[in-house]
Amino acid sequence: MKFVENVKPDVTSDIVYMMCPMHLLKLEEQMKELEQGQILEIMTDYDGALEDIPAWCRKTGNEFLGMEDSADFYKFYIKKSAR
Amino acid sequence: MKKIYLDHVATNPLLPEVLDAMLPYLKEDYGNPLSVYEYGMKAKTAIEDAREKVAGLVNAKPAEIIFTASGAEANNFALRGIALAKQNEGKHVLVSRMEHHSVLNSARFLEKSGFAVTYLPVDKKGFVDPETVKKSITKETVLISVTHASSEVGTIEPIKEIVKVAKEKNIVVHTDAVATTGNIPVDVKALGVDLLSMAAHQFYGPKGAAALYVRQGLRIVPLIYGGIQESGRRAGTENVPAIVGMGKAAEIARAALKTRMDYLMPMRDRIIDAMSGVERVYLTGDREQRLPGHASFCVEYIEGEAMLLLLAAKGIFSASGSACSSKALKASPVLLSMGISSSLAQGSIVFSLGMDNTAEDVDYLVNEFPAVIKRLREISPYAQGWGDREEGGEQCTVKE
Repeated sequence: MKFVENVKPDVTSDIVYMMCPMHLLKLEEQMKELEQGQILEIMTDYDGALEDIPAWCRKTGNEFLGMEDSADFYKFYIKKSAR
Repeated sequence: MKKIYLDHVATNPLLPEVLDAMLPYLKEDYGNPLSVYEYGMKAKTAIEDAREKVAGLVNAKPAEIIFTASGAEANNFALRGIALAKQNEGKHVLVSRMEHHSVLNSARFLEKSGFAVTYLPVDKKGFVDPETVKKSITKETVLISVTHASSEVGTIEPIKEIVKVAKEKNIVVHTDAVATTGNIPVDVKALGVDLLSMAAHQFYGPKGAAALYVRQGLRIVPLIYGGIQESGRRAGTENVPAIVGMGKAAEIARAALKTRMDYLMPMRDRIIDAMSGVERVYLTGDREQRLPGHASFCVEYIEGEAMLLLLAAKGIFSASGSACSSKALKASPVLLSMGISSSLAQGSIVFSLGMDNTAEDVDYLVNEFPAVIKRLREISPYAQGWGDREEGGEQCTVKE
């Protein structure tokens, strides 16, 4: 896993306490709204996201910048690169 | 025999327009909102339309409305969901003593789970004092829950002032607005609350549909896990017909709110005025800050159950204590919390009016009720007074 710090996101999606597969549904929904090059931050406490979000990025051709681990949840950063 | 329903805080009849709106979803439009084909999409659209209408009734955004199956579920969800979400910040919760069982028993569950709970006292008219709230807040406090109005005594609480105190310390506020939503103006932005419970059958919608308003950005731990319904915050296939009915009832309530209040308040005042002339009958709750169709009393030397039975024999259907505690035949905790003695609290009776009532119904009640009281006092072994009646007489609030 790639860890990052101080990434400045353009949009934040807080889905802490929301269950699988909300992390992927929200991710897809939010990415549609973003412009090329913008960064999405997803906050979630769902462990499955550790595998699913990087995998989703590989599959869709978006750039997975990395994650930050805070006490209660994870923050994932994704840059929109797919057209 | 004449039948007069005066128990609208227990539940309300369904409006015909609401039933009509629901019927297709009980018949041909039976799709599951999660299905991706036509049937599902129709159901999904219907739910989102209802969500918009319910949001409109309380001035919220549609995304801030989570449908539940009952007001009790909404209250459980609010208390447990926020306490669990915030337990790393603190483990102290404030609730008033006036709350419905679904709030009080959720608070007791939290106590058993390691939270500290402070039960806020109320004054003689049933008001929670914002100053008391302020003094009860500790560094550990994460949630305050105070009802918007108690269905038992009708007093409307100063939620705005309580929110003001809470916001100084950044504490989340929930209000149980089941008795008020659709009956008086309820505006989540004006009140400033973070969470608010409401139930459709309290404003002429169906049973089985209710909602919790959760302010955008506030995290809440789900009560029910499963699928992605309600954004993953409340799993389970939606009760589509009931939710559609709730939406329709909300739309009608929003438009008819003032008409309803103007219709109910004079009838309520007529009952209160008439009963103030009967000896040793005391109004419970506040005279002004009360629900529009709500008249509640304590009648000395008589048991509430006995009054209910004799009134029912005359075709008048009412309630004693809180609607669901009347079977327990014990003094209502709400009345006790107001400082009313347990003996006087035995004689509690609640008349709650609705749009199906008429001025003639009220005439009939104010004629028959004093006769019922007289008859019961004649046969009551307590007619000479309860053991501690003096205490009760002094503490009851109305004779000013």
